[in-house]
Amino acid sequence: MSERVTVRKTYKLFVGGKFPRSESGRSYLVQDSNVSLASRKDARDAVVAARAAVKGWAGATAYNRGQILYRVAEMLEGRREQFVALGVPGAEVDAATDRWVWYAGWSDKLAQVYGGANPVAGPYFNVSAPEPTGVVAVAAPEVPALLGLVSVVAPAIVTGNTVVVAASPTAPLAAVTLAEVLATSDLPGGVVNVLTGRLSETVPTLAAHMDVNAVDLTGVRDPELAAELEVKAAENLKRVLRPVPADHDWSADPGLRRMTALLETKTVWHPKGV
Amino acid sequence: MTATATSARSDLSELGRSETALRTFLHGLPGVDQVGAEQRAAQLGTRSIKTTAKAQAIDLAIGMVDLTTLEGADTPGKVRALATKALRPDPADPSCPHVGAVCVYPAMVPYVAEVLRRSEVHLASVATSFPSGQAPLEIKLADTRAAVEAGADEIDMVINRGAFLAGRYSEVYDEIAAVKEACGGAGTGGQGRPRAHLKVILETGELATYDNVRRASWLAMLAGGDFIKTSTGKVPVAATLPVTLVMLEAVRDFRAATGRQVGVKPAGGIKTTKDAIRYLVMVNETVGPDWLHPDWFRFGASSLLNDLLMQRTKLKTGVYAGPDYFTLD
Repeated sequence: MSERVTVRKTYKLFVGGKFPRSESGRSYLVQDSNVSLASRKDARDAVVAARAAVKGWAGATAYNRGQILYRVAEMLEGRREQFVALGVPGAEVDAATDRWVWYAGWSDKLAQVYGGANPVAGPYFNVSAPEPTGVVAVAAPEVPALLGLVSVVAPAIVTGNTVVVAASPTAPLAAVTLAEVLATSDLPGGVVNVLTGRLSETVPTLAAHMDVNAVDLTGVRDPELAAELEVKAAENLKRVLRPVPADHDWSADPGLRRMTALLETKTVWHPKGV
Repeated sequence: MTATATSARSDLSELGRSETALRTFLHGLPGVDQVGAEQRAAQLGTRSIKTTAKAQAIDLAIGMVDLTTLEGADTPGKVRALATKALRPDPADPSCPHVGAVCVYPAMVPYVAEVLRRSEVHLASVATSFPSGQAPLEIKLADTRAAVEAGADEIDMVINRGAFLAGRYSEVYDEIAAVKEACGGAGTGGQGRPRAHLKVILETGELATYDNVRRASWLAMLAGGDFIKTSTGKVPVAATLPVTLVMLEAVRDFRAATGRQVGVKPAGGIKTTKDAIRYLVMVNETVGPDWLHPDWFRFGASSLLNDLLMQRTKLKTGVYAGPDYFTLD
């Protein structure tokens, strides 16, 4: 028996349900692996993929979205050892799995909690319901690589948004591996798109892009860059989530804020019979 | 890729008189090297056009767009809106050029004519019972005359594919010649020029082979077509790069043989700026800059224009544009 040839893995981007290399052909060495270094054009392509996925994902029933998020938890549970091998603590993998389950449960409940009937002075039923804002660009927190990523992606997609996420530049392996989990979870292609590489390269393009509806700056560490990104986002009035402190406790109860910040409210007036 | 062997220039005008002469000529055209044509088209598609060259190509392509709506659901309001967009594609930027033409069904021509009056944007109308072309000749001619009377200055006719594929070339030839005459309208314009330009749609998706595309191109040009156009956009296979390459070679060889320049219009399925630029590269490399003008090359398209406008905005502002900021049509 000859010795097996080692199967070396290149960690690629996740765009539109596929795993392409960077359009630029570049990669960088991190965590002892070759990882694609996303360019501005990759960010643009990811937005195109995310936009194309909005209609189907936002149009799916909340119940169906909940099922799919739960399925992500199932798949993540099955890959626990793989994440541990990449250096993610077992407790973090468990917390990330639980987070998917927690958000999955919210999919058909958020509208009841966050929407509702409004009392109005007139013969009308007046009902407000939350709707997804559209394409959300996210800068994931640098650490914890897995739980942080799940904590910013899940609340965005559970309500029907689609996401382009710039993964942690220093620990991207967990992000790409999570993308492999998502790709096998019945999540339609393009709902989550993962870019690896420098935040300073991809996030400004996303923040300025006129076809992006919201930008979550959670993982941006440099306050000057954050301010600049907010200015870019103002051009088409994107919703903005500001950076969180580096010492943020991601294992704590996340609350509803991350979901509700990425919603629009639709209010319907319906004439009431006498 | 070979220049067609043709003798003296005067010979060609006699071809239409006899079926045999026409058949002998069309079947005597050199065959198209299918693999070669596809490879050449694919290779030209890899050229990278950037920065100022790209800006120039985008403006040229905008000027070449035949902004088209050919739906059963077209209304006067919709075609008016489209014509208004043709005049000023990007209302936020006066430096943006107008498109080449607006292309509609004959019944919609009067409404477009109102909007385009005194502008440089042409008004094209499909005629001859578009898209099938399966109607008696009198009806096709009446269709054409009605469109010209209503104000169309370009007529997009479909050839009789049934007759062409059955080998009845004279029938196709005579029909094109008759429509060409009908393009003159009731009276002809100044200096004996016909009032409307004639574009001949070959519907290459139904012609099956490149050899047939080459023959149909020559047939349309011999019969007097001013433009040859790939497709109606109503069958699954529309314009492709190799088909357009074959047609470009035909117009090049036709000019070499007769001295008359004929335009080319790929139509259907051209949706992005990248696609459009690939076609422009091919025009430049195949027939040269003489054809890089809206008078000689057009794109039959509808969604292409918005993509060109988005790319144009990106080049100007440095920020990727979104479809929310351009009109739906």
